This record gives sequence, structure tokens and C-alpha cells, in this order.
Amino acid sequence: MSTAQTRRKAPAGERVADWADGRLGIYSLAKANMRKIFPDHWSFMLGEICLYSFIIIILTGVYLTLFFHPSMNEVEYHGSYVPLQGQLMSEAFASTLDISFDVRGGLLIRQIHHWAAIIFLAGMFVHMMRVFFTGAFRKPREINWLFGFLLFVLGMFTGFTGYSLPDDLLSGTGVRFTQGAILSVPIVGTYISMFLFGGEFPGTDFVARFYSIHILLLPGIMLGLVVGHLILVFYHKHTQFAGPGRTNKNVVGMPLLPVYMAKAGGFFFLVFGVIAAIAGIATVNPIWVLGPYRPDQVSTGAQPDWYMGFAEGLVRAMPGWEINLWGHTLVLGVFIPLVLFGLFLAIIALYPFIESWVTGDKREHHILDRPRNAPTRTAFGVAWVTGYMIMLIGGGNDIVATHFHLSINAVTWFVRIGFFAGPVIAFIITKRICLGLQRRDKEKVLHGRETGIIKRLPHGEFIEVHEPLSQEQMYTLTAHEQYKPAEIGPTVDENGVERKVKGSEKLRAKLSDAYFGEGAQIPKPTAEEHREITSGHGHH
Amino acid sequence: MSSQDIPEENLPAQQSAGDDGHGHGAVSVPDDKHPFADPGLPPHEHRIQDVDERAAKRSERTVALMFTVSMLATVAFIAAFVAIPVDKSVYIFPLGHISALNFALGLTLGIALFCIGAGAVHWARTLMSDVEIADERHPIEAGPDTREKVFADFKQGAKESALGRRKLIRNTMFGALTLVPLSGVVLLRDLGPLPEDKLRHTLWSRGKLLVNMNTNEPLRPSDVAVGSLTFAKPEGLEEHDHEFQNEIAKAALMIVRIQPEDIKDKRELEWSHEGIVAYSKICTHVGCPISLYEQQTHHVLCPCHQSTFDLSDGARVIFGPAGHALPQLRIGVNDEGYLEALGDFDEPVGPAFWERG
Amino acid sequence: MFAPTSKAEADETAQSLTIEEGKKLYSVGCASCHGTGGQGTSDGPSLVGVGAAAVDFQVGTGRMPAATSQGPQVPKKKNIYSQAEIDQLAAYIASLGAGPAVPTEEQYGPEGADIAKGGELFRTNCAQCHNFTGKGGALTHGKYAPDLEGVSPKHIYEAMQTGPQNMPSFPDTTLSEKNKQDIIAYLDAVNSSKSESPGGLELGGLGPVSEGLFGWIFGLGGLIAVAVWVAARTAKAKKS
Repeated sequence: MSTAQTRRKAPAGERVADWADGRLGIYSLAKANMRKIFPDHWSFMLGEICLYSFIIIILTGVYLTLFFHPSMNEVEYHGSYVPLQGQLMSEAFASTLDISFDVRGGLLIRQIHHWAAIIFLAGMFVHMMRVFFTGAFRKPREINWLFGFLLFVLGMFTGFTGYSLPDDLLSGTGVRFTQGAILSVPIVGTYISMFLFGGEFPGTDFVARFYSIHILLLPGIMLGLVVGHLILVFYHKHTQFAGPGRTNKNVVGMPLLPVYMAKAGGFFFLVFGVIAAIAGIATVNPIWVLGPYRPDQVSTGAQPDWYMGFAEGLVRAMPGWEINLWGHTLVLGVFIPLVLFGLFLAIIALYPFIESWVTGDKREHHILDRPRNAPTRTAFGVAWVTGYMIMLIGGGNDIVATHFHLSINAVTWFVRIGFFAGPVIAFIITKRICLGLQRRDKEKVLHGRETGIIKRLPHGEFIEVHEPLSQEQMYTLTAHEQYKPAEIGPTVDENGVERKVKGSEKLRAKLSDAYFGEGAQIPKPTAEEHREITSGHGHH
Repeated sequence: MSSQDIPEENLPAQQSAGDDGHGHGAVSVPDDKHPFADPGLPPHEHRIQDVDERAAKRSERTVALMFTVSMLATVAFIAAFVAIPVDKSVYIFPLGHISALNFALGLTLGIALFCIGAGAVHWARTLMSDVEIADERHPIEAGPDTREKVFADFKQGAKESALGRRKLIRNTMFGALTLVPLSGVVLLRDLGPLPEDKLRHTLWSRGKLLVNMNTNEPLRPSDVAVGSLTFAKPEGLEEHDHEFQNEIAKAALMIVRIQPEDIKDKRELEWSHEGIVAYSKICTHVGCPISLYEQQTHHVLCPCHQSTFDLSDGARVIFGPAGHALPQLRIGVNDEGYLEALGDFDEPVGPAFWERG
Repeated sequence: MFAPTSKAEADETAQSLTIEEGKKLYSVGCASCHGTGGQGTSDGPSLVGVGAAAVDFQVGTGRMPAATSQGPQVPKKKNIYSQAEIDQLAAYIASLGAGPAVPTEEQYGPEGADIAKGGELFRTNCAQCHNFTGKGGALTHGKYAPDLEGVSPKHIYEAMQTGPQNMPSFPDTTLSEKNKQDIIAYLDAVNSSKSESPGGLELGGLGPVSEGLFGWIFGLGGLIAVAVWVAARTAKAKKS
């Protein structure tokens, strides 16, 4: 400060910054982060789509709370939507109609809110798959992977509770399903149901209760997780794809100020703009044609929003097993899908830990894998996605049946068999494709790129001209790591005493062999191979 | 997880990193030993805007145009908000008859936001520096000194607290901390009543008339034709009643008439009146109002999860995830010729639950 | 005194002529499946007592005559009879046994009906198969409830009254004439070419499945396209 006094007075901006630094220590923060480097790749922006749609959801959600009445009091509707005038409905439904028809711009905000939610969840799904298939979940990012996974799961439930709030016929049917599923839980099911609904279904409490879960509890937790997620992204620095000059010890890209500030900030407006335009063009959840909820009414095509479609598919595909024993009922037909839903999601959440156990690798990884270079992981991921997608089809089996002129029973059987067969087939095919691509990369490194130019040699033979790769390309194609299968190690110690080999060790050796053993990866081209070929033919 | 850790040297080394110290994006020259060595960051290439001031000027104008369009769109948004009535409908191909206000607001807001973003990104892409910078990473793990210091500090603190030595304090503290959340759990008790036998009973009882949902009139056998489908509620239950939703959720009834000779289930025929059968409308799977009745096959399908029941055979499940048949209500005709219930359902309606038995 | 009687007689003659014509049409187009006297065969049900309304619906919507080999359900197709011929056929079938008559315009016309009540009735009786605005839906084994858009009010009325194919009937005793009118008025309001869809594109009116697809393809797909632009390298100046 003393030097500043001797000089002319600092500009206002600097003085404000000084003031803040004196209280918050922002300079050391800025020093570390202002020119933080972010690598450029479109797939690294998937997370931004999620973040921005989350912010959009919060902004529009706050607006909606100003008009929405989370009450199940029965009222007679006398608003501007003619086909419902005089109908009995809950205040929640009536106020949603008012937002849609009487509040100027209310319909737009409602539709932005709902479209953003659909896109938020879809974005998280694709973002998660990007992280999975490139191996970005490896050390040190396992915890951030879990944060992201939790965000996806919480997002599903936040979406579901929000979808239930208008108390329309479709969402009410969904709530009824939830209640039925809760009843299937052994021993405590009926108690949970009574406590959640404040008595028998539907009661007069669930809208208010779901409301506080939807606007307070779940988004609060999510906000915390989002902040944690972002702090960790900053702290770990972003991963990058292999390439010339890009190593595990650096990060290459553009600085936060100004390029990333402009790109990421601009992208927020782009995302908001696209979603606003969609909300101006396409209807989402037109509750006015669905009508108010009555537990004795239903419409065909009763589906949840897409992110619950997987659970819906599990429930639809399940055979109706029910066991009655000693005066009790075990409702397996509903309870098994409920458990499977959790297990299927848990598998992908725990995968990073399984893989790191199999590889035994405790080093940090900042260079992303190309999916082909981790064939077993990629095949596993594709198998998981296949199972997920088949159940998504199962969740819409009636729509599939009517639009492709199929029997709904046949579609259901396809889903039942497909859920088991599909992932296995997908695993095998994906692994073969990965190995094929690895082989092609190796060919390219050793023999060069096919140019498509056919040359006729003096003695009449036709050959295709191969152009050798540039040094950059050769490095990029050979930069990946290849693990060797882990062995069980000596079973006899130096004193000749046989030690017991644990089951877990054997399992790991087996898995490791499946991951990295013969036939599970194509060995990278070696310097010797390259020398042999290049010296044999001579350079072009 | 495993007793045997995989030794570090068994892990693959990264190409050209590690051994020769070329790890930091430095240029390494390929040689016979390392034909695939990292050539390092490629030299920066200039964009058109970097070398041609006119191109840069064009970019500047494009960015400014974007921001201007955004301003205009915001003005249009406000104008639309003020000028267009909330109930005005317009036909716009291919969207259909849509709300003029919603469409106008959505598009103007969309353009206003999108153009800010597009302007900023175009600015960043064409005018801001695009020189790639390599930033070093530092290991996340702390060095051994830090690690030791932390553990030493912790031990010191733990020792000073005497938590390990004064076991009485420790145990009672754990006890208190374990018990205190219980008050929170207890407070949840009044979220709802206990189940008791609430799920076992409905409004139906002996002598209650079957009232047509559509006309609100009690049904006579002659009203119900073969092949028709009718929904009924118990007499006395009105839509305005406070308990309507809870009661209809259990009492809703689906009535069809099947030629008595087509009814395969003996009890079903017994509980019917001249082939008129009354089944619970609530699916036994998870409680959707099931009612997709196919009058030729007598199958009834649930629109939620496709459980299919055969109404001519005791409503047994013939497809889908439902675990048991739809409950049948025993009906008869009273002295005045109206259809009446001969009691409540003899089993709980709707989804199965643990205590159902 | 004479005139009315002769008029009645004339009507009767006209009526019997119509039936005669209908019988001829019947023996050409229908008898092979439904039997020469409408008693039914293994290929088609008996038509005794189905009434004129059923004929008007089945032939008027082109469902009858059906193709010889049919799938799980006889679909709607182009009607090949004129309305006069359909009336003759209907008169003949009606003469075989009493059944519901073809409704008049006062019965099915949506004027003066209660749309909101119609909506409630539609959700109680119809939406479970035909979806909340009558877009149709799946039934078992390839059968389906058809989309109701563009179906004339008369045919909707007749369908409710007679219960074609696997659709149950909703006779006047359980769903009154007024109820049916309300339902038709509701459908006219929410599922016709002039129905409003305030929020924009209706996306088929199918609910969350089409919304999800739209959100993925145009929402997320569009945003990814934008992201590709944001992250792409800017064109480099050509090396000179």
C-alpha cells in the first residue's frame, strides 16, 4: 500500500479489487486460476450443458414458485381454459393452469423449466458416458465421478417429484405407481406409504411434501454437489486427449481469461437461447389436455419422463411373481425391478473402483483413453448402455407397438430377452470393433495411410500408394498405455513355504487376463517393427 | 481388497515420457530407438484474422451485429409481452394453432440470449489469442514431509484431548451422539397414520347400490348390455366429498356383461348377476385404473404396465407383471330391481403388500 | 283420411324397396363372410340385431367389407360405398333384427354440448384406450385403439353405441345421448385440425415418450452441435 500512496491514485477497479483482497484474499485465488488452462474439445462441454441447464432450471423454478400453489385443496376451475371449466381439481392443478393460460409468459417459463430438465438429465447421461468411455474417471477423479453419478440420480428424483407437482392425470398415475412400488417393499412398505402420503393414497398431502423435496431438499443437495464437482474440476485440472506436446504432466489449451471466460460464458447464453427457443416452439407436458388427477381415471400411453423410462421398462418387462407365505406377501413382480433399478445404476457407479483394482494402477491419469484402446472397458460400457436402452424401449413398449404395428406382447418379450442377450451381444461386438480399430491404427503407423491412389508398377502390378504418417500422428496413435495381465505371483516364498492364494487374487488374475491378456488387446507397434518395415521399403 | 499389490514396474510406461525425460511437452526428435517420440506442441499457425486486419474488422462487425441483434430481440420481447394478448392464438405452419404470446416470447428471448452467446464465442474464436499454452500439473498427493507433519499434528491433538485415555468421556459422548438423532426420527412419526387394516376395506358393503359414474344413477341389470363397459361407484359417494379421491381409489368398479355360458370360472358366475360381473378397476400390480376391455376376448389390459386379465375366467392374470387376479365384487339385485353389492370385496384391492397374505 | 294412409303405405313401399336394394348389395359384398341371411359364418359374426348404426359405422369407415386375410384387427380404409348404398345396406341389416338406429344430427352434433363434462366422461370411459386426447393406443397382441382425429361425429357416436370389433359398447342406458354429445364436443375441441396447442408443436400428443425423443434429438443434439462449433479450431490463414 505504501508504494501505491507514492504513486498516483490507483484506478477505481483496482481499488475495489484491493478492498476485496484485503478481506477475501482474492489475489492468491486469481493468481492460481485466472489464466487456468482448459483444453478445447466439444465433448468437454457436455458438462457445461448440464451446469447451464441446471442454472436455467433454478432461475425458472424460482419464478414458477411465485405462482404455483402446492395445495391439494379441491377447487372448481373457472379460468380461461374452456375444456376444463367447472371441473373439480386440486389447487395445484388449477394454479398450473393459471401459469399456463393467465400469467403472461408463464407458459414459456414452465416449458423452459421442463425442457431444461429433460435436457439436463440427457446431458448428464451423455456427459457421464463421455467420462466413462475415455477413462476420465481414473485416479485422481474417482470421487468426482461419484459426485457426478449422485447428481444424475438426484436429478432423476428431482425431475420425478417436479413432474408430479401439477397433480395432473398423467403424473398422478406415476405417483400411484410409486405408491404401489413402495407397498411392495417387504415389512416396511405399507408404513412408508402411509407416512409418505399422510395416510391412504392419494390423500391431501403429497403435493405439498413433494414440493418441499423438489424445490428445497434435493436441489439443495444438488447445488452442493455441483459446487464440489466444479471445485474438483478446477483442482484436478481438465484431462486431455493424447497428442503432440500433451503429456500426463501438463495441460494444453486456452487460458480461462479471456478465451474460456468468453467461450464458457457465451455457451451459457447459447444453451439458454436454444432452450428458450425450443420452449417457444414445442409443447412439453400439456397438463390441460391430461386433465386433473382422479385415481379412477387413466390414459393409455402412461409414461414417465425419459429418465425414469429405464425403471418403467424394468417394471413392464418383469413377470408377475408373487409369493404368499405364512400370511405375508412377497411382491417380487414389483420389488425385483425396484432392486434391479438400484443395482444396475450402482454397477456403473462402482466401475472405476473395479477397474483400478484389476489394473492395480495407483498413478494419476490425465491423458484420456481413446475408447478403442480400452476394449474391455468400452465393451462393458456399451453393454451397460445397451441394457439401459432396451429397458428404455420397454418403458415405451405401447408406443413402440402402435407406431411400428407390432404386438405389445411381442415387444415385451423382445425386451425381456433383450435385457439379457443384448448386453452380451453388444459386449462381444464392441470388443471386436475396438480390436479391429486398434489393428487399423497399428497398420497405419507401420505402413502409412492409404491414399486411395493406385499406382501401376513397371511390371504391371497395381499397388495402392501408402503415405507415411506425420510424426504427430505416429505419436498420437502410439501414446496409449498397454497393461500386461497381472499374475498371481510366486506362491512359494523364499523359504519354500507355500502360501495360500486368496480367492480374490485368483479372481483378479482372471479379470486382468480378460482385460489385457492375449486377444484382449493388439500390441502396439514397436520400434523394431517400424525399423524393419521402413528399412525394407525405404522412405518415400 | 487384495493382499498382493501389483508392483509399479509391472505397469506400462507412457510413450516417450518417463525414461528420457521428454515428458513436459518438450520437442524430442525421433530416432531409431524412439521412432514414435513426442514431437512436442506444433508451432502456432496464424488465423486469417491474425494476419489480415480487414478480416479482423469483419469479425469485429459480426460480433457487434450479434450483440445488436440481441438488444433488438430484447426490445421485441418486451413489445410482445405488452402487445400480444395472453389468449391470442395464431396458426403457424408446421406448429399448428399455437399461443402467439408464447411463440413470440420464446423466439425473441431465444434470439436475445443466443446472440449474446454467439457474439462472445465468435469474439473468442476469431479475435482473442488462440495460442495454445501448456500448463504444468503437479501431483495431488502431498510430499512425505507434509504427510508426516499432518499425522504428527493429529496425534498431538488426539493426545491433548485425552480422548483415548479418558474412556468414560469417549463412551458417553458416543452414546449421546448416537441417541440424539433419535428425536429427529421420532418426530417423523406423525407424518401419517399406521396402516392397520386400512388397505383391506373399501366403501362397498351389503346393500350398497352400484351407481353409474356417467349418469350418477343406480344401475339396473337391463342397463348393462353384453359387450358394454360401465364404471360404477358405491351409492352415496359424491365427487364433492372430502374423501372422494381416497375412496374412489379403492372402490372404483368395472362392470361388464358376459354370456353366462362363456364364464369359465365357477365362483365368478356365482358372484355375478345373470352374467353381469363387477371387478375392481384398480390393477393389482401397482394400482393403475385398469379398464382397456376387449369385448370379444374379454381381456382387460392395464395401460401402465400391460398386465392382462381374463374377465371371463375369474380375472386371472394372463400376461404382464401383475401377481394376482383382480378382486371381484359379489353383486345381486335388490327388491326395487337395482344392482347392489352383497358385501365388501373379500380381499384387499389394488397393489399387493407385505401384510396382504 | 286417405292421404296419410297412402303416404304411410308409400313410405312402407319405399322402405321395402330400400331393403330390397340393400339385400342385393349385401349378397354381393357381405354374404360370403356373414352368410346369406346375415346369420354369420366362421369368417364373420352374425349381423342379426347389430342394427343400422353398426352397418353405417363399419361400412362408412371402410372397415367393412374387410380383406380376406386380416391381421389382429380390421383397419380403417377408404370407403367404397356411397352413403345411399350404405343406407340401403343398413336398412336391410336392421330388418333382420332390432338394433340401434343411425343417429341423427341432433344426437351427435357438438353444438350446445358441455365440453368440460365431455372431457371428464372421456377420461373415465375412453382415454384408457384412446389416450387423453384420442390419439389412440395399444391393446393386446397387435390390436389397437385408433386415433380419433378426423373421425366424423356420427361415426364416433355409432362406435360408442355399437362397440365395433373389440371396443366395448356404451349404450344409452349407461352413457346417455347427452353424455355422448359432450364427448364428441370435447374431441372436437381437443383433437381436430382446428384444436389449439398453445405451447407449440404437439409432438404427436403422445406424452413423455415423444417429448423425450424431441429433447434428446433437437435439445441435446442441437446443443452438442453448438458445442462442436464453440470448441472447433478457427480456420487458419493459408500459408503463402
